[in-house]
Amino acid sequence: MTRIAIVGASVGGVRTAQALRRAGFSGHLTLIGAEPEVPYDKPPLSKAFLADTEHKPTQLLTVQEAADVDIDLVLGHRAVRLDVAARQIELEEHAPVEFDKLVIATGARARRSPWPTQPGVHVLRTVEDARDLRRDLHDGGHLAIVGAGFIGAEVAGTARKLGLEVTLVDPLAVPAADLIGDEVGRRLIELHSRNGVRTRLGLGVESLEQAKDGRLVLTLTDGETVAADTVLVAIGATPNDEWLESSGLRVDDGVLCDEYSRVSRTPEIYAVGDVARWHHETPGPSRRVEHWTNAVEQATVVAHNLTHPEELRPYTPVGYVWTDQHDWKIQIAGDPQSAQATVLVDQSDHHADRWAMLYHDVDDVLVGAVVVNWPRALIASRRALQHPTSVVEVRDQLDRNPAAARS
Amino acid sequence: MTRVKADLGACQGYANCVVAADRYFDLSDDGEVVILRAEVEEGDRAQVEAAVTSCPVNALTLVDE
Repeated sequence: MTRIAIVGASVGGVRTAQALRRAGFSGHLTLIGAEPEVPYDKPPLSKAFLADTEHKPTQLLTVQEAADVDIDLVLGHRAVRLDVAARQIELEEHAPVEFDKLVIATGARARRSPWPTQPGVHVLRTVEDARDLRRDLHDGGHLAIVGAGFIGAEVAGTARKLGLEVTLVDPLAVPAADLIGDEVGRRLIELHSRNGVRTRLGLGVESLEQAKDGRLVLTLTDGETVAADTVLVAIGATPNDEWLESSGLRVDDGVLCDEYSRVSRTPEIYAVGDVARWHHETPGPSRRVEHWTNAVEQATVVAHNLTHPEELRPYTPVGYVWTDQHDWKIQIAGDPQSAQATVLVDQSDHHADRWAMLYHDVDDVLVGAVVVNWPRALIASRRALQHPTSVVEVRDQLDRNPAAARS
Repeated sequence: MTRVKADLGACQGYANCVVAADRYFDLSDDGEVVILRAEVEEGDRAQVEAAVTSCPVNALTLVDE
């Protein structure tokens, strides 16, 4: 009987396991996770979970659901080494697991704080991180956040709703500009200001120290000091690929895959989610994506390719990521980074803060969209991105959408 | 027979289900999932299951009746 092992029990690993069973795989299936927790979902950890001390982790796969489809769960044992020749995974404090086929889904971890660890200083990635941060946030006071990426910005919104004072620091003057452009980046800054977040942008952190009174003091590069009760260091993530170092697989900020998500063009080893770096069919730089929907979509392709080696599917996703900040549901589709120009469709006259920024290339083909509080625009954009579509067509479709104007 | 059900209280309008299986799902103007057909045809089962598991807030379930 064929044995498939999946290393990593977050969304990429769990969804691959489920998709393998859906695709008809009937062999032995083992899902290995480093954390002792039953597989849980991460997006709520910066939002609903943090806001409410009664909130339980959102489960991705219950023990019962795993048993129902015969998924063998090995939780609480980190993979430390891969022996490709022996087809064996070495685990911390557990017997090695043997496999015929392997899925690498070890994800990423929060980049560590460069300052000495001290009480009150947090990162946020795991449910344990979230519990620790939640405890401090519910004591109130002043939260300083270093890094205005999605995690930092979402926690800023959550903390303001909890009534904390919030200061958001980022070395970039317009933090999201590289991803979604200057104009939308500025709208996000304005959103924070309007919701009472103090922004300190274009500034680095020189030092983070504990004062005699126990408070945490950040000294910014312009000399300003910020005294906080709690600090969140949200400066990105690092792929969990160290366990592959001696495996012979090619690792370079993620494990390298081909367009089918196969590692090293072997038919037996695949990678999925935050840890996977792959090439599109078209030439260009490889990429690694740390988004939820990417992991889910890649899981479906990997499960298909593992079970249908004769009809491999390339993985060619249309990007999609969402972030909830204050009262904005912000959804980003496609690849706004690659755009030459933008078109704004604004419905804010009819509906508070409802707009879509459409990104297009030199030929006016839609390449991306940022949508705020506007579900129909999100669907129109995601559909249009599946095939080359003129930005004018999408704009006209949204502009004449009477329902949007009415609601 | 398999039916697909939605938890409207949970739905947050991410639209992953619409992208995965647009013959079965749409969103209302308020961003709530609309089930276009509740009975899942056997040949569509894998696609609808993929749509169900692509929901970020587990708002969709398949029920075998």
